[in-house]
Amino acid sequence: MSGFLEIQAIEKRWGHGVTVGPITLDIARGEILALLGPSGSGKTTMLRLLAGFETADGGRIAVASEDVTDVAAARRRFGMVFQHYALFPHLDVGENVGFGLPGSNARDAKITAALNLVDLSGFERRKVHELSGGQQQRVALARALAPEPRVLLLDEPLSNLDPTLRERTRRELRQLIKRVGITTVFVTHEQEEAFDLGDRVAVLNAGHLEQTGSPEELYEHPSSLFVATFVGRANVFRGAAARALGLTRPDHVLVVRPERLRFGDAGLPGVVRERRYTGSAAFFQVEGDDGQRFEVLAEPEGAQVGARVYVEATRVIALPDGAGGR
Amino acid sequence: MNRVRNGNAAALAMTLLLAWLVVYPILIVVLEAANGHGAWSEFFTRPGEWAALWASVWISLASVALAAAIGIPLAFLFEWFDFPGRKTLGALIALPVVLPPFVGVIAFLFLYGESGFVTRALQTVLGLEQAPWRLQGPLAILLVHAYSMYVYFYLFTRAGLAKLDVSMLEAAQALGANRRATLWRVIVPLLRPSLVGAAILTFMTALGSFSAPYIFGGGFRVMTTQIVATKLNGDLPLAMVETVALAVVAVVGLAILRRTEGDDVLVALGKGVAPQRRPIRRRSARMLATGAGWGFAVLLLLPHLTLGLVSLVPYGAWTTQILPPVINFANYRRLFSEAERLRPLLNSLWMAAASTALAVVLALAAGWLVVRRRVVLRRVIEGLLALPWALPGTVFAIALAITFSVHAPLELRFVLVGTALILPLAYLVRALPLTGRALLASYRQLDPSLEEAAASLGAGRWRTLARVTLPQLSPGLMAGASLAFVAALGDLVASIVLYTYETRPISIEILSSLRLDEIGVAAAFGVVVMVASALVLGIGARR
Repeated sequence: MSGFLEIQAIEKRWGHGVTVGPITLDIARGEILALLGPSGSGKTTMLRLLAGFETADGGRIAVASEDVTDVAAARRRFGMVFQHYALFPHLDVGENVGFGLPGSNARDAKITAALNLVDLSGFERRKVHELSGGQQQRVALARALAPEPRVLLLDEPLSNLDPTLRERTRRELRQLIKRVGITTVFVTHEQEEAFDLGDRVAVLNAGHLEQTGSPEELYEHPSSLFVATFVGRANVFRGAAARALGLTRPDHVLVVRPERLRFGDAGLPGVVRERRYTGSAAFFQVEGDDGQRFEVLAEPEGAQVGARVYVEATRVIALPDGAGGR
Repeated sequence: MNRVRNGNAAALAMTLLLAWLVVYPILIVVLEAANGHGAWSEFFTRPGEWAALWASVWISLASVALAAAIGIPLAFLFEWFDFPGRKTLGALIALPVVLPPFVGVIAFLFLYGESGFVTRALQTVLGLEQAPWRLQGPLAILLVHAYSMYVYFYLFTRAGLAKLDVSMLEAAQALGANRRATLWRVIVPLLRPSLVGAAILTFMTALGSFSAPYIFGGGFRVMTTQIVATKLNGDLPLAMVETVALAVVAVVGLAILRRTEGDDVLVALGKGVAPQRRPIRRRSARMLATGAGWGFAVLLLLPHLTLGLVSLVPYGAWTTQILPPVINFANYRRLFSEAERLRPLLNSLWMAAASTALAVVLALAAGWLVVRRRVVLRRVIEGLLALPWALPGTVFAIALAITFSVHAPLELRFVLVGTALILPLAYLVRALPLTGRALLASYRQLDPSLEEAAASLGAGRWRTLARVTLPQLSPGLMAGASLAFVAALGDLVASIVLYTYETRPISIEILSSLRLDEIGVAAAFGVVVMVASALVLGIGARR
């Protein structure tokens, strides 16, 4: 077995016929895996199964070849950072961080070290509610890491932060996890966060694993229409328009990223209906002659609203037609 | 899967235990009453019975009207206007809540009774041969009810007003509504849940009220005193029929009042800021508000002060004078040094503490099952916890007296009447709605991820309970426990039906002291209960 954390055909059946899994995933030691999916896709269930808060209805979870499927959360030695941090409001920062540590001489030193790690030295006696959102997040991280868990789990780690703070925190969080070297699984519904923070991304949809891979693989070689449209912006062409852009296989559709389309002298004809200026570039809404609308990312001065244009594709992805397309 | 099954097994055990405590005794009374044919015809033909039932209903309705008439205007005054002393007075005005009903009744007796403080003063001032009034009958009962129950309307209305969104009032004005239209078309509908809540609480309290009619009723009987009198006369079949009749009135009354409650959605909508308090500009009006406020506060504090004063007067020292000629701590010394006087105090303390502790443990387990495990029986458990609140204390007192005076282990009936267990059991039943409601609410507000966080940090079930769950629940737990403890400490009706000489609680000792004319000792007991209640409630309200 190759993985440090092995998930084999794990399954959770909720009432009303809702099922998550079976899902199989191998996560290498020190790897950061993102579970990416829309709400209701089962990513949170997966994380709670890993943490031991839910019991699996099938399959097994193993860490370092030890089967932990039936091990209670309290004895699993997985650290968890909750979406709303779940800091104990009746305890101060130091007591929160020390909660999972056994009473010993080294306890205070470990608390100090954990707080140093997240850049909160000297915050031991602060009250939890006096801290900013970013500081609370770091205390939650220090608390989860202090008992030296085998795996770190993060539930939407950045969703509670200001958008302006998010990007910086993301980078710092990744550096910190890499420095500690801990195997990490985190849940997010934002593609950007998954790409930035994760070494690998597992895309979930309706309880099933759609695809696992590096951000590049997912973006450039999506294995399904769902992944193609959920990860990044995508135009989906069918019928004559798809054939005009080079699709040859029947029962397939053509997926083209907006930046892989450009205005030219020949190609798919259409009329520019809308222009959204973003600064360095602009998104052009083009209505094809068959009525299909699609998006072109081009120079801000690439075209005028109302102008007749021809669009050609520099790179296309052919995928079997199925549910999930727009 | 195992966990789910264990949860449901525990829930079943909890349901059966609660049903045995709160439903089974009522069921026994209903069944045994159904068999007493003679008692039914007696009940239906004796005019006194109908008069007592009708008296219970109209006294309760009149108490609601009176309490509303005093409490609602006060709430508006203190929530909407600003004047010197508003904060202090606003807190003082909620004070009657601290006085256990029975102790309050005794204080009223010392104050306005035939040989009461105020009565005698007026008699002397006016040079009358007799007391200017006799504190007896329905008016006396209503006076006591108004005094102790307007607080419900005051507190509920204030809370409702504080939640009111000022932008709603502004919207009404922008749409052309004048003040009166705004009041009737916006404010009153929005306050309705609060007002109905207060009305229900007042109605149920008044219907179950025993101390005031017992002490001041004289020949005027309401159903609660009628039942106890019948029981003490030994006519058990008739007492059971009366108990069933009172229970029916309570349930029907509750059902009717519930219907007028409306939805809470109305209140939930308003998320904005409450209107700012308006200072009273006109000097005369401001002085009037402050003066009336202080006058009212003094009126409210008089019973407490009277109780304190009377407790300092030694036996036989105070005869016809307006003010007592001698003041010392003799009564308190007797209370704590004579073993026979100390006994009821200790009895009350341990019985209240034991019943409260058990009620907290049961409510804690129920909260865990209902909120955390979401067991199949959760609605049933919640209903059983709340049930004793819907029935007057007299009903439960009689039900327990009948159920637990028979030895039939197969029917789960044991002889507990006459033992030290029956009163704590009766207090426990009355405490369940208080601790149950407080702990369920606290459990619902408790973020489940806190417990999960503890688990993921390696804490087992008991460590999580001790270090995370209990500290988080403690405000609700303390609030519920203090209310339960104070209710048990001040109980009269269950005590009067179920006590034995060995286990007599404070309220019974106060009654017998009064009968022996040892009013100083009675007052000293009252002060002890009052101070203990205030301390416990003060601790319970602290965050």
